[in-house]
Amino acid sequence: MEPTLSQYLLVSGALFSIGLLGVIARRNLLIIYMSLELMLNAANVALVAMSRFNGNLDGQVMVFFIITVAAAEVSVGLALIVALYRKRQTTDVADLATMKL
Amino acid sequence: MLFNIFAGLTVLSALLVVANPFSRNPVTSALFLVTTMISISGLFVLLGAYFLAAVQILVYAGAVMVLFLFVIMLLDLREAARRKLNLVSLAMGIMAVGALFLVYKSSLESTYGEATQHHEAAADTSQVEAAPAKVVGSTRALGQALFSADNGFILPFEIVSVLLLVAMVGVILLSRKEPR
Repeated sequence: MEPTLSQYLLVSGALFSIGLLGVIARRNLLIIYMSLELMLNAANVALVAMSRFNGNLDGQVMVFFIITVAAAEVSVGLALIVALYRKRQTTDVADLATMKL
Repeated sequence: MLFNIFAGLTVLSALLVVANPFSRNPVTSALFLVTTMISISGLFVLLGAYFLAAVQILVYAGAVMVLFLFVIMLLDLREAARRKLNLVSLAMGIMAVGALFLVYKSSLESTYGEATQHHEAAADTSQVEAAPAKVVGSTRALGQALFSADNGFILPFEIVSVLLLVAMVGVILLSRKEPR
């Protein structure tokens, strides 16, 4: 049986919820970052499914751009985390609550 | 059948990224994130997005995850001492996310569910659901959609290339040792 659009969207929603839960509940900066990646990928799944079931390739082009921007975002974010770790010796967000370095 | 396998694997390994009952080591989370990305690219193949499936594996499972693992090992994180979790805020977070997911699910059901389809047989939703002729996201088709002269995405493409350059310069600047 061919899976329907709503099944794909359900997977995407579940993935997004898991990512959001990770951002809310986890305290490790790196894990929070991975959860952000999960949320981006949930959006990708939804876009590709919509593109497939609408017979239009524009959604896939948009996913292509999202993947590129996400790669740039990951590199900058991880550099920031490394710079922050050099100053503070921690990646726990509870210890990073002040704006003063 | 294949869809069930890939969807289940995606959600299961995503859960293991966020809440692994056996290990709190970030390396474990990163490796489960690789599994998630690979199953998502399986979903892309099922949806006919072959080029994106390849890019997903190359960029996410390859480049991004290697970057993550490099940073994890560079930081040399010790197994963090278990902190006392604030149980109230944790429960609130789970409740909020669960409620969000339920709202999403019920709105999906009311849009694409069986009952609506019978009522509005000619409506857009049922046409969408009926899966029109498969558009195949092969490299050629996607390249033509990206670079076609009249309704392509040439300007966004160039902007993204500048963005990548800026990100590269920024990363070099950020990770340079400060001169003292």
